[in-house]
Amino acid sequence: MNPQLFQIICFYGFGFVTVAAALAVITLRNTVHAVLALVLTFFSTACLWMLAEAEFLALALIVVYVGAVMVLFLFVVMMLDIDQEKMREGFVKFLPAGLIVAVVMLVEMLGLIGVRAMHAQLMGADPAAAAGVSNTAWLGRALYTQYLLPFEIAALILTVGVVAAVALTLRQRTDARHESASQQVSVNPRDRVRIVKMAAERPAEPSSVPPQESQP
Amino acid sequence: MADLLIHQLLIPVAYIVAIVLPLVIAVAMFVYWERKIIGWMHVRLGPNTIGPWGLLQAFADVVKLLIKEVILPTNANRFLYYMAPLLALIPALAAWAVVPFSSRMVLSNANAGVLYLLAMTSLGVYGIILAGWSSNSRYALLGAMRSAAQVISYELAMGLCLVCVLVLAGSLNLSDIVNAQAGSKGFLDWFWLPLLPVFVIYFIAGVAETNRAPFDVAEGESEIVAGFHVEYSGSAFAIFFLAEYANMILVSFLASILFMGGWLSPLQGWIHIDAPGWINWIWTGGFIWLFIKAFVFAFMFLWFRATFPRYRYDQIMRLGWKVLIPIGIVWVLVAGCMKYFGIVGV
Repeated sequence: MNPQLFQIICFYGFGFVTVAAALAVITLRNTVHAVLALVLTFFSTACLWMLAEAEFLALALIVVYVGAVMVLFLFVVMMLDIDQEKMREGFVKFLPAGLIVAVVMLVEMLGLIGVRAMHAQLMGADPAAAAGVSNTAWLGRALYTQYLLPFEIAALILTVGVVAAVALTLRQRTDARHESASQQVSVNPRDRVRIVKMAAERPAEPSSVPPQESQP
Repeated sequence: MADLLIHQLLIPVAYIVAIVLPLVIAVAMFVYWERKIIGWMHVRLGPNTIGPWGLLQAFADVVKLLIKEVILPTNANRFLYYMAPLLALIPALAAWAVVPFSSRMVLSNANAGVLYLLAMTSLGVYGIILAGWSSNSRYALLGAMRSAAQVISYELAMGLCLVCVLVLAGSLNLSDIVNAQAGSKGFLDWFWLPLLPVFVIYFIAGVAETNRAPFDVAEGESEIVAGFHVEYSGSAFAIFFLAEYANMILVSFLASILFMGGWLSPLQGWIHIDAPGWINWIWTGGFIWLFIKAFVFAFMFLWFRATFPRYRYDQIMRLGWKVLIPIGIVWVLVAGCMKYFGIVGV
């Protein structure tokens, strides 16, 4: 078994899992299972990218989507009380619309692959391999030198998005009681607890008087 | 064919076993050490009956857990209920693949080692969430929710700390990060000094990521019984603990590698004596130094548990988002300036 054959077997293995998991996302009855199938789809896509030696993209996909976005997604789906039967009613009704979207996406992807194939002839080999550095190092250099301005603009847009999301959802209720963390932290223990010094006491000698009822 | 089988399969598997088996034994001894340490801090004896000084206590516990019945709660989701412990354990063990024990002892010298570690630690939360959801119990679900929110929040702070280290080291490779801390000024060359606030944040975030005291609200036994693993028993319960302790040891090793010079000696560059190899490591560095450093950090996990009261949940979130992350962001800038003006870094 030569390494190339092994690579091809791995590719088809990961590809099969990706497609099967993507199918499971839209066919599984249980929504939590569907979200987990989506996680598996992302994960095997990352494996495919790793095979193509795009290790930064693969690991970023796992860190960002699998590690953070899908966890929040799962979180929300777990909390929802969804009527499973109602969710499945519109399957036949929405089938034509879904098919149209799928066909359009297929055509777009084929076009993209065609353009890429033409580019490959124009642009030559993989620039990272040509520069003799790893994919991650090349990507970092390109992003922070050649494409610095678009990169910063993208970062700015994301920041604006975050601020907008917080501003839209933040509601200051005036009737609710709030606790101020800074006040809590700056509390002086001496204001709250008084420590009294007193001399040690000996228990009284047992006397002839019968002991009172013990204090609760 | 046979040659390829040996080189591609058997030798890597042997390496993996050579890491995982000592790790599992280390977890068992760590549990014993934890009980002993906390016992001493509470002025108790700790385990002392089974074996000399109670050393075999951990193994007795393991045997007990293995022969107990694994109970499946009514209406639990059977498949996910049994998958959840594995989903917690697999990333905890897989992360060890890129940990360099010395300049030559590393299983995978991956170029994107730090990213891989981030990916693996972020996967571990699935085990906890699914355990909480699939056991069909309110307490378990509450614990899972708390844990997920906490792990995601502290991952950001941890990521910012890693960015600072990357800026100074100029590499994502863990071996390169350690080599970037080599120098002639002994332990003053290590990254803990220029990155002191970040080093503290990293360890705090590490404690929070592993859901350990004082951030152990996910299994706060006084509020929600035992959190996400309240319904688990027997070996499934043991696997959750194996994952948690393996993660604690991993965080200890990473803190040593990223900030305390990994296998480098604190005396590097101060002593130049040609001595036989079994003495030489004291100043030239070796895996023993890494183990000593990791042991100190692992001990601090236990120390925190014995001495700190548990944080309130909203205070955990406040600490993560409003204190640690801003300091981390500022220190990324400081690290960039240090690198740019050539004060630290290669």
